[in-house]
Amino acid sequence: MITIENLTKTYLMGDVQVHALNGVSFHINKGEFVAIMGPSGSGKSTLMNLLGCLDTPTSGTYTLDGHEVSQLDDVELSAVRAEKLGFVFQQYNLLPRQTALRNVELPLIYRGVSGGERHRRAKAALQVVGMGERIEHRPNELSGGQQQRVAIARALSGSPSVILADEPTGALDTKTSAEILNILQRLNREQGLTVVLVTHEHDIAAYAERVLAMRDGELVSDDKQTPR
Amino acid sequence: MAINLATLKSNTPAERSSAEIVFTPLAGSGSVSWSEIARTAFDSLLANRVRSFLTMLGVIIGVASVVALMALGEGASKSITSQIQSIGTNLLFISPGQLNNRGPGSSGVTAQTLSIDDYQAIQALNLPINGVAPSVQNGGTLVAPAADKNVSIVGTTPAYFTLNNLTLKGGTLFDSAQAQDGAPVVVLGSNVARDLFGSGEAVGQTVRLNGQPLRVIGVLEPKGGGGFGSIDDNAFMPITYVQQRFANMRTADGNRYRVSSIILSVTNANDISGVQGRIAALLRERHHLNSDGTEDDFSIFSQESILSTLNTITGLLTAFLAAVAGISLLVGGIGIMNIMLVSVTERTREIGLRKAVGARGQDILMQFLVEAVVLSLTGGLLGLALGFMIATVVTLSGVLTASVTPLSVSLAVGFAVGVGLFFGIYPAQRAAKLNPIDALRYE
Repeated sequence: MITIENLTKTYLMGDVQVHALNGVSFHINKGEFVAIMGPSGSGKSTLMNLLGCLDTPTSGTYTLDGHEVSQLDDVELSAVRAEKLGFVFQQYNLLPRQTALRNVELPLIYRGVSGGERHRRAKAALQVVGMGERIEHRPNELSGGQQQRVAIARALSGSPSVILADEPTGALDTKTSAEILNILQRLNREQGLTVVLVTHEHDIAAYAERVLAMRDGELVSDDKQTPR
Repeated sequence: MAINLATLKSNTPAERSSAEIVFTPLAGSGSVSWSEIARTAFDSLLANRVRSFLTMLGVIIGVASVVALMALGEGASKSITSQIQSIGTNLLFISPGQLNNRGPGSSGVTAQTLSIDDYQAIQALNLPINGVAPSVQNGGTLVAPAADKNVSIVGTTPAYFTLNNLTLKGGTLFDSAQAQDGAPVVVLGSNVARDLFGSGEAVGQTVRLNGQPLRVIGVLEPKGGGGFGSIDDNAFMPITYVQQRFANMRTADGNRYRVSSIILSVTNANDISGVQGRIAALLRERHHLNSDGTEDDFSIFSQESILSTLNTITGLLTAFLAAVAGISLLVGGIGIMNIMLVSVTERTREIGLRKAVGARGQDILMQFLVEAVVLSLTGGLLGLALGFMIATVVTLSGVLTASVTPLSVSLAVGFAVGVGLFFGIYPAQRAAKLNPIDALRYE
């Protein structure tokens, strides 16, 4: 599903070159639940941005679902994001004045899906994360955990190949965090959805079946584990 | 927490079928529909109602003033046209002095170059005209038993009434013999009759001018048309009477009676310029003006030339005022740009998110551009309504009939949309160029 080879990313900060990513290679199969771990500054956010097609690497290749995407332009990257990827962020990033349904419809709007189909899919996605009863609620009427479920539904609505979750439980308490991770786990097991989770917490990474550990812009370990 | 772990794990049938829907591959057209773009724009404008309205206010005021001023100009121009046309048809006005080139200081009001002999010579030319009438004007006070009134005294011949489309409300006009003999009679304009005699009968009464009695033989129908020097405020007397009663009635050399103007009506509109030329030639000869370029000491205007001059002036004035009003439209546009820039900054995270879920730069560009245009277009339409209201109020107040023309409507609305596009493009480009990573991280 995801193959990256020798991926590097170099930023220029003032006069200093910062090697945020220093030749990282790995392969993620379809249907895997992978956690990328590492302390801040380890390059995991940079890696996440590259995997999310929000940024392009300085060198190296990135093959997503059979397509080489490392050298695409902005418009093509937008299309890849719309069709292949679903994002879940730490701060949920829901549109505050829109209903849950409307938030979930958002990726479909940009894909040009017509109203009826969009509605049906968005509703179904909310059902899948257990928010089927709250489709007309706005984010400020929902708890943090509920908001994150809506965010997961939004990530699902476009039928993506991969869900990228960037510290999805960073703003949640332990119990709610477990609920969110259970949802991701269930989607992974029952629907064969590929999930890539970025976290700095071992407790969270424990839900994955494979952990990639990053340090100083390099991949330092790649371990299979029995998920929690 | 309303949902517990137990219910989640026991995956209901509803959820299973929902999952089937979600995990079916889907195909879209790949481009955002206009209805979605419009909906997003309205949503975000309605979310900040007060701010949106205040932003629109600049455009509202700009468009309203452009529309109202153009309507007033149009109304003024129409009223001038109808007033001038109500005087008569195919008229030529001859006045002493040269009005065309010099300032008003040397105008014919004081020039005394046109004489009653000139009038008689024109009459003798046998021109293709319906009639010709001389007139002398002077100020004076008419004294009636109950009231007195300052009036504009016009000494003339009976032809004057016909040429000017003046009709009697009561009594009679003086005839040619009376005009010739200087009979002590007067025909009153409707305002004069009303002010001197109220609702009572004026015809048959006597008024005094400088102590001399004058018999009122007729009262004219009101001609209307406000403004300065309305015919309703005039008193008409035989020309010879006026010439004999006032001291300043001689031409500069003192040999002849002067006239203030000669008016004539050409039978056929096609002959107007020909007649004008023949009169000019006659007067130049009579006034001994060299043919080597000495200026005319008289002026001949046709009704049409007066009309077109006045309409040019009104048109220029209207255009000038509308341009000034247009400046406020420009200021309104700057207001839109300002608020759109604020909006882009405020919604940086939203823009980042939209990009992350697949919005292209051009989708974001369109979203903000449409928002700016919706602002300016809504402002433009509200301004149009306000302009209509102002025009209606002015019309109802009776000052003049303001008419909103399709031209001014399309001009104002087109301008408003243009302003929205012009001032919206920069903020929209800023939004479109935002880097999604930075935008998502923006606090």
